[in-house]
Amino acid sequence: MASPPHTTLETNAPPGSGSAMERLQCILEREDFPRLITVLQEQGFEVIGPTVRDGAIVYERLETAKDLPEGWTDAQEAGQYRLNKRQDHALFGYAVGPHSWKQFLFPANSRLLSLHRDGNGFTVETPAEPAPRYAFIGVRSCELRAIAIQDKVFLGSGAVDRTYAERREPLFIVALQCGVAGGTCFCVSMQAGPRAETGFDLALTEVLEETRHYFVVQTGSDRGAQILAALPHRAAFPEEIQAARRITDHTARTMGREMPKADIPALLKANYDHARWDAVAERCLTCANCTLACPTCFCSTVEDVTDLTGNHAERWRKWDSCFTLSFSSVAGGITRASAKSRYRQWLTHKLATWHDQFGSSGCVGCGRCITWCPVGIDITEEVRALTQTAPPTPPAPG
Amino acid sequence: MRPTPYRLVRRRRETRDTATFEYVPAGPEQLSALAPGQFNMLSVFGVGEAAFSSCGESPRPGAFVHTIRAVGALTQAIHRLKRGAIVGLRGPFGNPWPLARTAGKDVLLIAGGLGIAPLRGALRSLLKAADPPRRVTLLYGARSPVDLVYRHELRQLRRRGQPPVLLTVDRPDRLWRGHVGVVPKLLTLAAVAPVQTIALVCGPEVMMRFTARALGVLGIEDSQIYVSLERNMSCALGFCGHCQFGPVFICRDGPVFRYDRVRPWLDIPEL
Repeated sequence: MASPPHTTLETNAPPGSGSAMERLQCILEREDFPRLITVLQEQGFEVIGPTVRDGAIVYERLETAKDLPEGWTDAQEAGQYRLNKRQDHALFGYAVGPHSWKQFLFPANSRLLSLHRDGNGFTVETPAEPAPRYAFIGVRSCELRAIAIQDKVFLGSGAVDRTYAERREPLFIVALQCGVAGGTCFCVSMQAGPRAETGFDLALTEVLEETRHYFVVQTGSDRGAQILAALPHRAAFPEEIQAARRITDHTARTMGREMPKADIPALLKANYDHARWDAVAERCLTCANCTLACPTCFCSTVEDVTDLTGNHAERWRKWDSCFTLSFSSVAGGITRASAKSRYRQWLTHKLATWHDQFGSSGCVGCGRCITWCPVGIDITEEVRALTQTAPPTPPAPG
Repeated sequence: MRPTPYRLVRRRRETRDTATFEYVPAGPEQLSALAPGQFNMLSVFGVGEAAFSSCGESPRPGAFVHTIRAVGALTQAIHRLKRGAIVGLRGPFGNPWPLARTAGKDVLLIAGGLGIAPLRGALRSLLKAADPPRRVTLLYGARSPVDLVYRHELRQLRRRGQPPVLLTVDRPDRLWRGHVGVVPKLLTLAAVAPVQTIALVCGPEVMMRFTARALGVLGIEDSQIYVSLERNMSCALGFCGHCQFGPVFICRDGPVFRYDRVRPWLDIPEL
């Protein structure tokens, strides 16, 4: 075997352009992988990654690489999720689970204010505790896209959300090039994966061969290059880079689902009265699972609570869902009383009006809403039904 | 998201369930004034927060005035507040009525129910505008005569005869001598020169839908009609998602919209 090609990493040359990053592909051996977590912890990051809990792969704080779901995989279908043992010791041999990273950047419950009664009035205090400094390990391409979409919502559309901004700014991202397509995955048809090209500090492809287990590592930022420099690594051989490429190519060919090719925003805006909404409403439980599992859904509500003395109040922001009745409740009554109107709001927002609001689709093809729907409603199947039965498109409103 | 403390200095009962509240800054901090059509987020300690439109200026500097119907936990808590109580205010939020466009025009102010509140603010501004409209007409409908708010001010206007005020109710009582029926019916009674008319409409969505169509029948272009839309709001900053109306966020892109820009969406039930 030839000696590894020279890499510029030892000189700390920063990756400046796409082509420079392309060159910076290195090898991290499996036995050295735990160091990645240790090095990030030493840099002051709280490391979050996949782990097995309650029969599912969820995202939680990792202490060591032993917390990763080694040797596990998942089987996913509409309304179904099961963990199975793999024949090998892959650390990332599964698709996405019920959690998404949004729970860390946009917490499901966050305290906005504390208020203290003060004579006849009150004083207002904003939380002073510093935001956590997270490093995420195992972020999929679809999830990077989801983070980019929430960046647009919380940072790039006018007002800046402080809670999100102070978690997002220091975030270190270790992406994972998907080696497994789940039964409900359809990132290819949303142009959101499976290969991550941008938006990460480091990206890993896990390669399992007969006798070897290693990671091909790409750097995506100066910070990423610095962390890699602290790990045992060497430049990758072309055949190792090709092996990594073959893995994501295979993942792309084995997607469990596909979003139909159509002008979906125009289709949905022209079909607010389609009979399919009544059909899906017959099945939809309006349970809100899809919105909680969705990595881009951002709706929230604000609640004020007091202690027993009535002298201290707190204002909390909590995830909310367009599937609840209270979501559209005003003094005059409830706007979206029927299940039909609530499912229609969710789907048309996600796939149509999201483009008007944020310049892209709100869907990344991760398949969570399909897997975690208790009755197995499939977003791709609903769109397909509309494309197949919609009358010729009249001009869309708006 | 941080509310500024304001002190309740005046409350005036309007109807059995509606009152007008006025607050002044409780400390050194104060918010910018609301233009008619804009709104505040108003909160009561430990109870909650909701959106309320300005219903016009007050002679007190820096004061805010809201007319509020007691319907839910928060609005009932507001109605229980005593003079001197402190509330939290945020704002101003949203886009105001396009009053600058009304100079020299005929203006129809068309209100249904508590939709009169943001139009009262518009009326008061128009009556003292430096570049006033040629003519202003107020059309206002309520459920019943006892549900009409600002009755004292309406009486004053009618006594003066200017601007003309047309009132209607759904359910008259024995003493009611005005019109009976829905607000769009009043339009046939108003003097309207379609080409130079601008209509500002606020009320329940169904009322605005039918009113806008009736205005169209009179020959008023959709682009000359403005509606003020309402949805649940938790943040007023475009984050909470509640106030989506098709492609727009009412808090940020509204609440006042030119009718031609929202018409296709307004026609969709349960949007």
